[in-house]
Amino acid sequence: MSASADAAVALGSRASTAGALRRDARRERRVLIGLSMPAVALVLVFMVLPVGWLFWLSLFDDSGAVSLVNYVRIFTKQTYLNSFSVTFTVSLTVTLLCIGLGYPVAYLLSELPRRVAGLLMAAVMLPYWTSVLVRTYAWLILLQRSGLINEWAQHLGLISEPLPLANNLTGTVIGMTHIMLPFFILPLYAAMRSIDRIYMTAAASLGASPTRAFWTIFVPLSVQGLAAGSFLVFVLCMGFYVTPAVLGGGRVIMMAQQIERSITLYSNWGAASALGVALLAMTVLVLAIGALIGKLLFRPRGGDR
Amino acid sequence: MSEARVGRGQRWWLVIYTGIVLFFLVVPSIIVVPMSFSGSTFLEFPPRTWSLRWYETYVGTAEWRAATLVSLEIACLAVLIAVPTGTAAAYALRASNSAFKGLLAGILVSPTLVPHILIAVGLFFALGPLRLSNTLIGLALAHGMLTLPFVFILVSAGLSNHDMITELAARSLGASRLRAFFTITLPQIKNFVGFAAVIVFITSLDEVILSLFLATGTLSTLTRRMFLSLRDEIDPTIAAISSILIILSIAVVCLFQFWEQGRVAEKHE
Repeated sequence: MSASADAAVALGSRASTAGALRRDARRERRVLIGLSMPAVALVLVFMVLPVGWLFWLSLFDDSGAVSLVNYVRIFTKQTYLNSFSVTFTVSLTVTLLCIGLGYPVAYLLSELPRRVAGLLMAAVMLPYWTSVLVRTYAWLILLQRSGLINEWAQHLGLISEPLPLANNLTGTVIGMTHIMLPFFILPLYAAMRSIDRIYMTAAASLGASPTRAFWTIFVPLSVQGLAAGSFLVFVLCMGFYVTPAVLGGGRVIMMAQQIERSITLYSNWGAASALGVALLAMTVLVLAIGALIGKLLFRPRGGDR
Repeated sequence: MSEARVGRGQRWWLVIYTGIVLFFLVVPSIIVVPMSFSGSTFLEFPPRTWSLRWYETYVGTAEWRAATLVSLEIACLAVLIAVPTGTAAAYALRASNSAFKGLLAGILVSPTLVPHILIAVGLFFALGPLRLSNTLIGLALAHGMLTLPFVFILVSAGLSNHDMITELAARSLGASRLRAFFTITLPQIKNFVGFAAVIVFITSLDEVILSLFLATGTLSTLTRRMFLSLRDEIDPTIAAISSILIILSIAVVCLFQFWEQGRVAEKHE
């Protein structure tokens, strides 16, 4: 065979190799997308579709005509407005309590040797692993009129009358704080661990007192973890159902319960779905605000490194 | 060395404060356990008389037994649903360079952010046309969806440390993708997959809201029955069930830790 024929064969085979490679890459992409499809389908069919259907439902009045009457109702009727304000009050109180209780703990843990901190972290995570319902039940036993706390306080002569700790806002806030605290401490602790302590040493060597170094160096460096934990807690609180239902004693109606009540007590699907859409919109709004604050506060600056 | 950062006096306050907060976290989580052994009809701490009567009531009541069985079945099914699909998705998104990667990841973690009550109410309608309303598999699929993000996030974290080139090497030597995954990649991320399965199981077992809306009658889960009877009265039987759930969760997590440490030790030998 001549040299030119050889070359032509080589060229042809190279072209077919390139084609095979391209086909291979295409098949590879299809296989990978296909592998992720069962999971995506699960979320689409069991969440996106049902929630989308609620959206759709909220746009019709009782006679089946398209209208915004459900939204007008939830934004004008006092019961619904109350549930908005209760949701906001409870979520904010619990978030602030988590900051007050969790920040010092996360700080101390981040200062301790890893082995000790790991052990104490197990104590923080213990509630995380026990069921929300079980812990809510435990708080009911502790806080009710004839509960452990009232009984002991009376026994010790601290109080003469039982304090109203359960079946109200106080009980709800205590129970929810207990449930949310691990969610708050975990990201904050991780963020604090990653702060290089050399900055604190530098501040000390420049004459800053430990307190001053803590407030001017450490706290600003931990703000990102603090914000992440706070927004997570706030968002999770907004959709809470179990704890307010049990510890609120019917007096603390947050949005999730208002939705449940609209359906089980009044069979008002229109209002329930509109309320659901409002809850989801508020969740997204809070997350967006969180992301925005994150962007504004933590823009990488040139001089940082 | 920490004294250089926080004054000695303040440090003591910090230690005491942390102690109080940890007490606040731990004690209410486990106080039900000793109380459940109370011999009287009231829950006391410490119990004046000890007995197993509330455990006997639990085991002796057909409804509680049936609810426990339903809960365990659903939790196992949820693991079988969420772990393979979530792992496959995490693997696919790690290996692919598709433009839709971000969008797909967003869809897969979204169930963590949508309030459960919304999903419950939506599914209450949607399961009808799917012929899944008030069925075991319907609730299991819903739980699988709810816990899918945990699997996806954990396995993705595991895969981010794993060099995909080793799998490519196996495939270039003639192994199929499936074989390469099971012999090369999966052993590397075993811990993450195992941990994800533990979380799915416990989360499904504890789930209340979806069960409340989607499973009635004989399909009532344990937590649904507990929640409903909690609203009426304080039944000490619930303390016994709660104690079992607490011990079960802690045991599963500890066993997993133990297993993982054993594996790490094996590796170092």
